[in-house]
Amino acid sequence: MSEWETVVGLEVHCELKTETKLFCGCRNAFGEEPNTNVCPVCLGLPGSLPVLNEQAVELAMRIGTALGCDIRPSSFHRKNYFYPDMPKDYQVSQYDEPINLGGALDLPDGTRIGIVRAHLEEDTGKTTHIGEGGRIHSADHSLVDYNRSGVPLVEIVSEPDMRSATQARAYAAELRAVLVATGASDGRMEEGSMRVDANVSVHHPGDPFGTRCEIKNLNSLRSLARAIDYEAARQVALIEGGDTVAQETRHWDEDAGQTRSMRSKEEAYDYRYFPEPDLVPVDPDEPWRQRVAGSLALLPAARRSRLVDLLGGHPTAAQSEQVLSAVDQGLDDLVVAAADTGAPAALALARAANEVAADVDAGRSLDPAAFAKLLTMEAAGLLSATQAKDVLADLLAAGGGDPEAVARDKGFEAMSDDSLADVVRQVVDANPDEWARFRDGDDGDRKKLSGFFTGKVMKATAGKANGKAVAAELDRLRG
Amino acid sequence: MNAIQIADDVRSGRRSARSVAEAALAAVAAGDGDVAAFLLVTGDAALAAADRVDEVVAAGGDPGPLAGVPVALKDNLCTKGVPTTCGSRILDGWRPPYDATVVDRLRAAGAVVVGKTNLDEFAMGSSTENSAFGPTRNPRDTSRVPGGSSGGSAAAVAAGFVHLALGSDTGGSIRQPAALCGVVGMKPTYGAVSRYGLVAFASSLDQIGPFATTVADAALLFEAIGGHDPCDSTSLDRPAEPVSGSLDAGVQGLRVGVCAELVDGVDADVAKRVRQAADALAAAGASVREVSVPELRYGLSAYYLIAPAEASSNLARYDGVRFGLRVPADDVAAMNTATRTAGFGPEVKRRIMLGTYALSAGYYDAYYGQAQRVRTLVIRAFDRAYADVDVLLGATAPSTAFPLGDRVDDPMAMYLSDVCTIPSNLAGHPAISVPFGTGDDGLPVGVQVLAPALAEATLFRVAAAMEAAAPPTTGAVAAAPGASGEEPVR
Repeated sequence: MSEWETVVGLEVHCELKTETKLFCGCRNAFGEEPNTNVCPVCLGLPGSLPVLNEQAVELAMRIGTALGCDIRPSSFHRKNYFYPDMPKDYQVSQYDEPINLGGALDLPDGTRIGIVRAHLEEDTGKTTHIGEGGRIHSADHSLVDYNRSGVPLVEIVSEPDMRSATQARAYAAELRAVLVATGASDGRMEEGSMRVDANVSVHHPGDPFGTRCEIKNLNSLRSLARAIDYEAARQVALIEGGDTVAQETRHWDEDAGQTRSMRSKEEAYDYRYFPEPDLVPVDPDEPWRQRVAGSLALLPAARRSRLVDLLGGHPTAAQSEQVLSAVDQGLDDLVVAAADTGAPAALALARAANEVAADVDAGRSLDPAAFAKLLTMEAAGLLSATQAKDVLADLLAAGGGDPEAVARDKGFEAMSDDSLADVVRQVVDANPDEWARFRDGDDGDRKKLSGFFTGKVMKATAGKANGKAVAAELDRLRG
Repeated sequence: MNAIQIADDVRSGRRSARSVAEAALAAVAAGDGDVAAFLLVTGDAALAAADRVDEVVAAGGDPGPLAGVPVALKDNLCTKGVPTTCGSRILDGWRPPYDATVVDRLRAAGAVVVGKTNLDEFAMGSSTENSAFGPTRNPRDTSRVPGGSSGGSAAAVAAGFVHLALGSDTGGSIRQPAALCGVVGMKPTYGAVSRYGLVAFASSLDQIGPFATTVADAALLFEAIGGHDPCDSTSLDRPAEPVSGSLDAGVQGLRVGVCAELVDGVDADVAKRVRQAADALAAAGASVREVSVPELRYGLSAYYLIAPAEASSNLARYDGVRFGLRVPADDVAAMNTATRTAGFGPEVKRRIMLGTYALSAGYYDAYYGQAQRVRTLVIRAFDRAYADVDVLLGATAPSTAFPLGDRVDDPMAMYLSDVCTIPSNLAGHPAISVPFGTGDDGLPVGVQVLAPALAEATLFRVAAAMEAAAPPTTGAVAAAPGASGEEPVR
């Protein structure tokens, strides 16, 4: 019997960053006094009617365009069920005619995850259960805040194309980056502006998929990964113990690190979907679609390949990590701008992903010309790595400046070749055993001991020595 | 005295809006004890509104085309700060925080709202007997129903309490009570009048429309409330159809089809009036022919799936959580159930259950889906008919006003009251009921004119021509012309 394989599909709800709600003029704002951004429409008062927000449609189209979806004529349905935080006791959602159909998201490792659809719908209010346990069945009473009621959502449904918790996490992270890049959402899981439900099943590769469970209440990427691992293990244990997996909705309990049954398929609601008669179909015309496509910023994948291209197309593993991190933190524009003015791309990327990343906000506003000049000085051996990092810290703090002047003020002068050669000779003489191993050892030894001697030289010169020049001198002495 | 004359008098200063309002309030006070047309009379607000109209006139301004005209509102139209009950216990204590668009427009036109009228609960019914607050009686014979669901508005106009009223028509709820009470009632093209602030029964069918004693008054009210409203997505993106200007244009050369399906099954005395109306139009120069639109026979069945389906969803929000009645219970679901059990009457519950069933998984396609296909067939059938004629003519209701209590235990018989009016709702077309003499029992008969979408100008023209030729519907109960010597068959 082959190994068990986890199969995951994700449903991601993302709140759109519109000025107003999906069907009324109330402000779409997070964290305000409860029930202040409400009106007859989003309170579902008798006689009120919805009017579709054009900006929400446009943001949904941006998401669809970014995910390579087919943008289609679409319509709204009513999903009927009783719940106190849903004012009309039905949710207006796109059903058989979603605005975005089909598509795919490529993960940084190259895996392609299919997108089934990305459709518009309205959010519900938010219920707080007061009393025992904080769950509806044990609560003493409940408070409902309708500020969120009617906030526009796009639900992005993936194919069950993921095969591990790690991959699901990578998908969610990449999707979040895409949502942020399109300007459609701020992607904040902790504020609930991006919410992820996971459909998890297990099977042996080659067999049909197993029965799936839907996991809700995943409030962070970490929870997502933990919940999937837990759930897959639970299902495997069930099956290996001779039981079967029941199709059901399960709730992730972060503190207990467990999923718990919420409701089974038998108890599932009959939502009685039918076309929403209060709204008319939406069919974005070609000029609108083109306008949206033309207004899209570069997506994360394109931004990564832009960096990879700068590196000559074949990044090392460490560089690939730097590429991910630089794009994730929005420092890639800085790297590209520095490289454009002649700075070495690899050095620019390394400094951006490591040193600049320590203060991302300062990094994003750093003057690329100053950054480029500093890198050029370092590459030319005018500054040691340690000195360059020191100067960079000053530039970040000031938002820019002249690296040459900063270096001068700090007393950073490149050492002359002669004085460096003297220091290296002194260090070699003081460590004869290491020198012998360096001189006669294999590549591994030499690499290790090169570091040893460089460290000693740096210490002796208080960091003024250029590492590359030290290595060159060591090689020269070895003959 | 009609609404147009009142508005002229008020605008020219010959009469004060206040005196008109006082007269209307006095008439209600004197007569509504027997009729029960009103659920609420807003006397102080009416007088205040009338005074504002008078101030505008005194200042030399124009208070609008309905200056000082008293108007009654069906109590499913939201009025800011004023109870809006829909004839239901479930809205107990609810005061809307906003006015319906039509109410705003009435006020902007200078009309004076005098109160809210009775209706079948949530507009579900054809006799106004389904109101939680008791039935309204037909002013022409208080042992009879006024029709429904807008029975209160129809009765208020028929009794002379007000000259104008608004109702809503989902399957005939304006036209049928207009016919039974002997007044003019009109359902506009779907989307011609904003539904914002009309408490929904069946959203794809509901339309607000006017009641009046004359066709010209109805036309004036229609113009005042119509036109695009950005708050209603289904509102047509065009101004109100001008109709008053062409009322006197006559029907010379118009093609009128007497629709077999809207005549054949109705009571003989009613059918006779329809044919008489057709003859009158022919005499006025219209070319009249017999037409058959067989698909209309399926309208009633389709309607009683589509309307309850939408209603089951529209009425879900009456759950005791945010407004209206709340019957406390141990948990939310039990509170929902207890509230809805206590708050809704039997007809509303029947339709919620019908609609819920029609939308259920496994039944959707056989019921709701099939009904929507029938709806499409009805629309196409109308389109075919209108290739040959400009308007269709038929009965509004199969009979004259029936006795109170006669049909309350037989929902099917009650549903059949709307058989002639439902097709226009399914198609979204305009239609109007014009009083045309009486039946054998001496009670009013309404003849219905149907027209294609947006053909309101033609509709009102034909209605005006019919009105000009109509035998009287008022006066002592007597044998109808042409039926002399015969005993009423009832």
